[in-house]
Amino acid sequence: MTRLPLIAHTAPGATFAWRDGEALDAARYLADVSRLADALPARQHLLNVCADRYRFAVGLGAALVRGQVTLMPPNHTPATVAQLLDYAPDAYCLHDGDDHGIAMPGLAVPASRPEADCAWSVPQIEATQVCAVVFTSGSTGRPEPHVKRWGPLVTDVTGEAQRLGLTDDPQRTLVATVPPQHMYGFESSLLVAMHSGAAFDASRPFFAADICAALDRIAGRRVLVTTPFHLRALLAESGALPALAMIVCATAPLSPQLAREAERRSGAPLLEIYGCTESGQLASRRPVLSNEWEPWPGVRVETRDGRAWASGGHVEQPTPLADVIEVQADGRFSLLGRSADMVNIAGKRTSLAYLSHELNSIAGVEDGVFLMPDEASEDGIARLAAVVVAPGLSRSALLDALRGRIDAVFLPRPLVFVDALPRAATGKLPREALLSLLTPRRPQGETGDRS
Amino acid sequence: MSHPNVPATPAAAADPALLDELAGLIVSALNLEIQPNEIGPDDPLYGEGLGLDSIDILEVALAVSKRFGVQLRADNENNVAIFRSLRSLAEFIAANRSA
Repeated sequence: MTRLPLIAHTAPGATFAWRDGEALDAARYLADVSRLADALPARQHLLNVCADRYRFAVGLGAALVRGQVTLMPPNHTPATVAQLLDYAPDAYCLHDGDDHGIAMPGLAVPASRPEADCAWSVPQIEATQVCAVVFTSGSTGRPEPHVKRWGPLVTDVTGEAQRLGLTDDPQRTLVATVPPQHMYGFESSLLVAMHSGAAFDASRPFFAADICAALDRIAGRRVLVTTPFHLRALLAESGALPALAMIVCATAPLSPQLAREAERRSGAPLLEIYGCTESGQLASRRPVLSNEWEPWPGVRVETRDGRAWASGGHVEQPTPLADVIEVQADGRFSLLGRSADMVNIAGKRTSLAYLSHELNSIAGVEDGVFLMPDEASEDGIARLAAVVVAPGLSRSALLDALRGRIDAVFLPRPLVFVDALPRAATGKLPREALLSLLTPRRPQGETGDRS
Repeated sequence: MSHPNVPATPAAAADPALLDELAGLIVSALNLEIQPNEIGPDDPLYGEGLGLDSIDILEVALAVSKRFGVQLRADNENNVAIFRSLRSLAEFIAANRSA
């Protein structure tokens, strides 16, 4: 049986993470992991909601050492937490020590402290051990679980570390605007550092000034791990960017203009990553040089029966992809578009079928549907619309009910109340008929006309 | 819950003109389908109430930075205390604007 180390750092004094400008070394991390592992309850599943990336990493390490599975749902709404408890009734919540609002038994990650005279011993984890179960929203109202084993995760981020330059230069520190609780941040802000010997910053900066301040606190070469949404705000607001070794961007398409401006102002290459929750990360490209994606070593992306599939490398079973792709002879591929049902808003992905299912599950809703009114301008943020038949519900009551079920970025704008949906005889909803219900509600000045 | 970025006791009532200006800025920056005077000074902006989310908050932050020269800060995305209400945002801007 193959066992793989928890971290790739080979010296106790190697920098593992930065927090508030202080470097925390690998020995400190292992001491924190060991103490927390002893304190975890005897349960099989946990929801790690720590906002502090270092605490999340301590929780992840302790769970791995104890053989416990970290659950990673798409959001933390009360409805999702209830469904998680259906999946894993013994789940508990590991948190930062504040009011986390999760309806599960809770445990706070204790304060970090070094251990004097602790022998250097990196825990070894079975490659087949289940590290995490990551959920997508699915289309039936049940979150779909995707099992992530330790071995494939390590293979995945080892491929990524080469692309990020971490294999050759582990003296880099990752600063990320994305949380470690979703697949992209899990791989690209945390695991890739743990498995290349690089470091990560514990913070999750949000505003442009926060991002610059987080970068400035770190001595040495810095890699910014972000999304088009955060990058656009950073470039729009910030005059001078701190010098970077690389920018890593994923979750949504990035315009060539934004990519070029980011490279010009940071002095660093910008790397885009392609992947999804089901398959993990699969490929990267540098958009100022090429539109084509180069898969990780061993990964194949191909089209079969009119669908795109990923297989090989860390992808344990052939996995269908939600995008329409065109594959070149050398294995590189281009993205041609997204399957019509999938939506991606500020990097959060879901399906219209799932959102409509949740809408129709609300008491008082007789019929309803979500739709994407327009393709957003590049780098802009598209908003969803919904048309609903709910004679007994007020707008605010319906929005409150939706807020308890779906992520806030998917809340509809506009939300249009009608007496009946314009269903065709087959029950289908013609898109044009739905769009005509939205049009009069467009605010003035918006250039929505595209004939 | 503590809100480290917002003064616990405002030094002075927020300037009504600033509140109006901010309400107008939010409505125009986000293309909201409401009139600026429909946003009450103490209504929650984030989550329930006006229903702004993190996408909106980055947009408003950008507009505030351009109009007032004030850069917003937060410990993390889940702690955008400045956006508790129009009044808390106005107080932060009044305390930090350069002019």
